[in-house]
Amino acid sequence: MFTVETGSGFWNPIIWVIAIVVTFLLIYILRSLGKKGYKKDTEQVKSFLSGNPEYPKEKMHIKASNLYWGFTTSLKGLYTLLRKMHTGNTSDYVLWFVIILAIFLLVEVI
Amino acid sequence: MIFNIPYIAVAVLILLGLYALIFKRNLIKMVIGITLIESGVNLFLITLGYRKESIAPIYTSSPGGVMAFPVPQALTLTSIVIGVAVIALMLSLVMHIYRHYGTLDVRKVRRLKE
Amino acid sequence: MNVPDYTIALVVAIPLLGAFLTPLVGRINDKLRNIFVILVLTLNAFLVFLLASDVLTTGIKTYVFGAQDISYPIVRILFEVDAMSIFMAIISSILVTVAVIYSWSFMKENTGLDKYYTLILLLTAGMLGMVLTGDMFNFFVFLEITSIASCALIAFWTHKGESVEAGFKYIVISAMGALFVLFAIALLYGQYNALNIALLSSVIQYTFLDKIALVLLIVALAMKAGIVPMHMWLPDSYGSAPSSISIILVSATLASLYGVFRVIFTLYGNVLSKIANFGIPVNVLIGWLIVALAVISILIGVFMALIQSDFKRLIAYGAVAELGYMFLGIGTGIVALGTAYGKTALDGGIFHVINDALDVGLLFLVAGAIYYATKETSLDKLGGLARNMKYTTVFFIIGFLAVAGMPPLNGFASKLLIYESTFQLNPILAIVAILCSILLLAVFVKVFYSAFMGPQLPKFKDVKEVPKSMLFSMGIIACIIVIFGLFPEFIINNLVEPAANALIGYSEYISQVVVGGI
Repeated sequence: MFTVETGSGFWNPIIWVIAIVVTFLLIYILRSLGKKGYKKDTEQVKSFLSGNPEYPKEKMHIKASNLYWGFTTSLKGLYTLLRKMHTGNTSDYVLWFVIILAIFLLVEVI
Repeated sequence: MIFNIPYIAVAVLILLGLYALIFKRNLIKMVIGITLIESGVNLFLITLGYRKESIAPIYTSSPGGVMAFPVPQALTLTSIVIGVAVIALMLSLVMHIYRHYGTLDVRKVRRLKE
Repeated sequence: MNVPDYTIALVVAIPLLGAFLTPLVGRINDKLRNIFVILVLTLNAFLVFLLASDVLTTGIKTYVFGAQDISYPIVRILFEVDAMSIFMAIISSILVTVAVIYSWSFMKENTGLDKYYTLILLLTAGMLGMVLTGDMFNFFVFLEITSIASCALIAFWTHKGESVEAGFKYIVISAMGALFVLFAIALLYGQYNALNIALLSSVIQYTFLDKIALVLLIVALAMKAGIVPMHMWLPDSYGSAPSSISIILVSATLASLYGVFRVIFTLYGNVLSKIANFGIPVNVLIGWLIVALAVISILIGVFMALIQSDFKRLIAYGAVAELGYMFLGIGTGIVALGTAYGKTALDGGIFHVINDALDVGLLFLVAGAIYYATKETSLDKLGGLARNMKYTTVFFIIGFLAVAGMPPLNGFASKLLIYESTFQLNPILAIVAILCSILLLAVFVKVFYSAFMGPQLPKFKDVKEVPKSMLFSMGIIACIIVIFGLFPEFIINNLVEPAANALIGYSEYISQVVVGGI
């Protein structure tokens, strides 16, 4: 019912479900060990930015395009190539079809 | 050799259609390219159904002799009907594109890229 | 359970008739029309399930349109339903039913909904016809019905330039692809004087023209399925269509994928082990070509998804990568035809088809829900939505973990099968697959962070949870995903394994028609 044999191993989701439940229990226990002295609407809840003023909320949220900046910058060569490939021109879509058709014909027929 | 002319025409039509799709910039001309491919394929189908000196396959009033096989003709008719629908849809889309973009140049109709 | 043979005809006929009745019902009342469409599709899904239970227990079913008499063997159309066909039909009917329930609220503010629902029903008829038919030309006709209906639906929001542009690109690609499919069918018909898949498959010789026909069929259908580098229409159309349509388009592209399987495994099943060029068997040659395209699909799909800032385009690139996984599994299955790990790969690939349809479908629905609530698709402008849209957030978490192949959800079970079997073919393939799966998780973590986490933005302060019909349809798919994740073996034994056997055991498909004399 639960176990999938993959030929060289197996996969059983129930073990994982149990593991996840145990992990959450552990997290809950650790969390409940925390300090109880939390007071709402006091100085405690304000964020501390080394004394700098807090920016408005739109500016504090990191934009999606900036999230993997390091990754995309280090792969700049690849990404310029990929961007060049995706022209958005309908003729190029057809051209790619013809190219793949030609490759398949070369390998398969000749 | 003379019997191969329809097949040569098929190849020429399909290649012309692909040429129009790839190298022509006007969207209407690209639609014409699709129609060229379609005519090429239809011509191919109809050529396959040709038998020399055959008659129309009407079973009830047949004068005798070789009857042409009706399936390729039926396929071609279906294909033509589908083609009409596709071309009509395409041209209406081209009309809408012109309304939004103010141009029919395929190089400029690419707000969606990357 | 036994059902009469004409159920096969009904499954295609009911949506078709419903399509023509919808505008009439729509004249009476809008609500009545919505209920009518949902009822038609639910009834149809019910029939598909009945048919499935019959096909999976008793074997292949056929239904003949036209001449029952064997003396005119060509003037008729044969529908042949085996486990693979019914597997795809189940996917299509689930996704379409869910999409229609979703549309109730999602499309409420649009006009011209009579046409919208009519086109959806036509699209359903086309998809089901594609997967159930046993006739090549009929396959082409349904392919064209599917592409025309889906093109009109992609461009449904004609007030947006992008939608119209995407519709035009889609129709150019699919019209051209379908014409090449027709050309290949004509090549086969000219040689063997038959259009029936089983009949063709029993006589095929693998001549020069057959090779051309095979290449044309594979490449054209793979383009319609959206494999790299012929995938560029896919993000355009998925991204610009209404979300309820994107989910149906997922199953429409999967129907083309089914076409690829059917052509390779059944139509050319007899000649797969022949020796082709370079002294290599045909199956190894085709299989490696498909594996190569699949690896490129996975890589480019994931890398492009990483830099997208539009929610739906990002999911669409994710879908391209997922498609690569399916092709990787199937391609490995073709290369290693007859070995144990080839069978595992095939199982994994086919299991991934249904998993991908559900996971990507759920993500598109979530993207639509966010658009409905905020009128925003750009990820750069979203943020902090988890505070207002709790249920949607939960559904998104389920969806993205499943797509990225995180245990214990369904995406992992199928990906594990693919990893293990491709590792035995070539370890590099498995490494690429696993690394890209991790990158896919990173992609969706980005979406999760930028759309749902972070501080509450002032402009989204009044955002409300989406209406119940949308939550309900997302809930259905999320439930199926969790169930598939928890009972992978049950699904594999009862749905996937028969489908894989149906693909490998093409001789049964042939003998049902040729020897059985139907």
